[in-house]
Amino acid sequence: MATQQTIDNERLLPVRRGPARAPRIPEKFADREVKPAPWHSSDFVASEKDPVTNFLGWFSIGLGLAEVFAPHAVARLIGIDDEEHKTLLRAYGVRELAAGVGILTRPKPTYWMWNRVIGDAIDLRSLSNAMNTRGSDRSRLKMAALAVAGVTALDIVSSMRLTSEASPAAGEDPGSYKTADTDSDNVLAAVVTVNKPIEEVYNFWKDPRNYAQFMDQIESVHPTTGGLSRWKVKAPAGLAVEFNAKVVNDIPNELIRWTSVDSENVDSTGTVRFKAAPGNRGTVVTLEIEYKPKGGRLGAKVAKMFAAIPKTQLKNDLRRFKQIMEIGEVMKSDSTAVPGMHPAQPPSRKQMEARS
Amino acid sequence: MRANTWQAPKHLAVENVPDPKILNSNDAIVKITSTAICGSDLHLYNGFMPTMEKGDILGHEFMGEVVEVGKTVKNVKVGDRVVVPFPIACGNCWNCQHDMWSLCENSNPNAWMQEKMMGHHCSGVFGYSHLLGGFAGGQAEYARVPFADVGPLRIPEGLTDEQVLFLSDIFPTGYMGAEMCDIAPGDTIAVWGCGPVGQFAIASAKLLGAERVIAIDRFPYRLKIARERAGADVTINYEETNVLEALKELTGGVGPDGCVDAVGLESHAPGIEGWYDKAKQSMRWENDRPIALRHAIMSCRNGRTVSVIGVYSGFIDKFPIGPLMNRSLTIKSGQCHVHRYMKPLLQHIMDGKIDPSFVITHRMSLDDAPVGYDIFNKKEDECLKVVLSAA
Repeated sequence: MATQQTIDNERLLPVRRGPARAPRIPEKFADREVKPAPWHSSDFVASEKDPVTNFLGWFSIGLGLAEVFAPHAVARLIGIDDEEHKTLLRAYGVRELAAGVGILTRPKPTYWMWNRVIGDAIDLRSLSNAMNTRGSDRSRLKMAALAVAGVTALDIVSSMRLTSEASPAAGEDPGSYKTADTDSDNVLAAVVTVNKPIEEVYNFWKDPRNYAQFMDQIESVHPTTGGLSRWKVKAPAGLAVEFNAKVVNDIPNELIRWTSVDSENVDSTGTVRFKAAPGNRGTVVTLEIEYKPKGGRLGAKVAKMFAAIPKTQLKNDLRRFKQIMEIGEVMKSDSTAVPGMHPAQPPSRKQMEARS
Repeated sequence: MRANTWQAPKHLAVENVPDPKILNSNDAIVKITSTAICGSDLHLYNGFMPTMEKGDILGHEFMGEVVEVGKTVKNVKVGDRVVVPFPIACGNCWNCQHDMWSLCENSNPNAWMQEKMMGHHCSGVFGYSHLLGGFAGGQAEYARVPFADVGPLRIPEGLTDEQVLFLSDIFPTGYMGAEMCDIAPGDTIAVWGCGPVGQFAIASAKLLGAERVIAIDRFPYRLKIARERAGADVTINYEETNVLEALKELTGGVGPDGCVDAVGLESHAPGIEGWYDKAKQSMRWENDRPIALRHAIMSCRNGRTVSVIGVYSGFIDKFPIGPLMNRSLTIKSGQCHVHRYMKPLLQHIMDGKIDPSFVITHRMSLDDAPVGYDIFNKKEDECLKVVLSAA
């Protein structure tokens, strides 16, 4: 028994004998080459670069070397005066070399590819200038321009592809929150927290006659028969638009939704939602307005420009609503009491009369 | 009525303007007896605050007599003598009910402008740009005061205007600056800026039990007032000596326990740093010159608090976030929640613990307001605080 215990202990407790040694590499891996750390992402990505981009990189290097070291030959080839242009060609060569190195070494050479496109444009411009210069060989120049145009096309295709490729880790995440107007041109939303109980807030919204008090765009809303209401909305140039709306959904202390029923240009649906703010901090009121223009995408754009109200205005509407709930009226300052630009001075009697 | 109006940077004019009217049902009209020029008015004067318009009436430190009240006003009546707090606060929103009056959610009709620049908005303020509501200010014969039931503080008889006028802003602001340092027995508090707010921060740090207060400025006359009237134990002239080193020497190497920035966006420094920020600000590459703030952060004792009561308007450059983060510092800041402090500080005045009138160096009539701004801005004639009489 006693002997058995001694052996167990020895196996369980790591007992260090002598100085620590470097871990030995097992014989069978000894001849393996180990890549030095840290590995760079380009080690993986560079090899996956598409062949066209790679070709354009090497093309840049080749052309650049020729322009820098043999500007005379290049000039003769494309049909321009060699003495006059050698410095310019050398400069263009340096540009090509930089682009080539960039394209070949960067894992995702978007910047350097667009650099090539700009270079192409400069080259084409220079060639067209040369056409009108004495001592140029027109037919050679045309050939050169044609060649550059071909490469330009390749450059543009490759650049646009690189630009459109998102970085591999980025992308859609359906689990994440987006604002109401992220994916739609036709939705406007705003939110405000009111320091009042949810019933009081809901009851205020329940009566559409209240809307004109805080919604800038609305002149009046009157309930009519059959669950309908008549809305009079301000339009540009002092005009007013009238339409009927009906409540399509009404869940007490939760939601009211109304929709326009006979509007000519735009169908709009408004939804106001009520939710108790966490920690007994009042009521969160969310107002969402959705426009369904009659007339497709173009109609949507037009509606957005003329019919839809900007988001800031919708937020201000809710702010005024909050003021009415919390302080009983819309807050005014000396400068905002009358419309238009007005310094922070008490408004004159005339201005006050013009307002009412 | 007569009112001091902003015309253009460094150009003011006392003009005849319409008399104020009741615009909301809880308004009061106050006939102003005394009003003061605030250091933060100089930021408007010098053109560093956006959204000023020609004709804006300036002034947010004022007091006077109630001459008219709106139909829902209950707490004040015609004839009451009141001091008006500079933030306009409704008293009903969540922030007001949680004692954060300068963050009132309902009092700024131009909240949307401020939201665009600051993310969220603050309360309205009298005579302080359209960003803060476009309210006419109190450097005038009369002012309209919204939320008359909430803001104005009735003043008992026997106290002069000069004793209580600064309850409107600078005394509570200085007090809040000191209070935010969470002063414990034995603490040393350093205050950057010995303007009127700095003087009250110094005096308040003493009231709150600071062991020692160190005041920093560059004008000997202001440092002298800090020592002799506000109660600073030590003063440092930053043009003569290295502040960071001086503060280390004075605190056994650890730095002050609380650092109050009572300077704000127009701070100065000798040498390269001063020129750097001046150049950037003049080209609008930064809104504010944050020199005092940088120094306060660099000087503060590990783990303690930097309290910012000097006014800043927007974005700054070279903010020492590394020192702040690595040394566990806390920044506390805010436009003063004046309503929170008015009554207790009035009590301090009535108890004779402090007489705020010690900062006044110049007394003028409202018609001389432009002159007052000029000498206050240039620190001429040893100017520290200008009080205008509108009566």
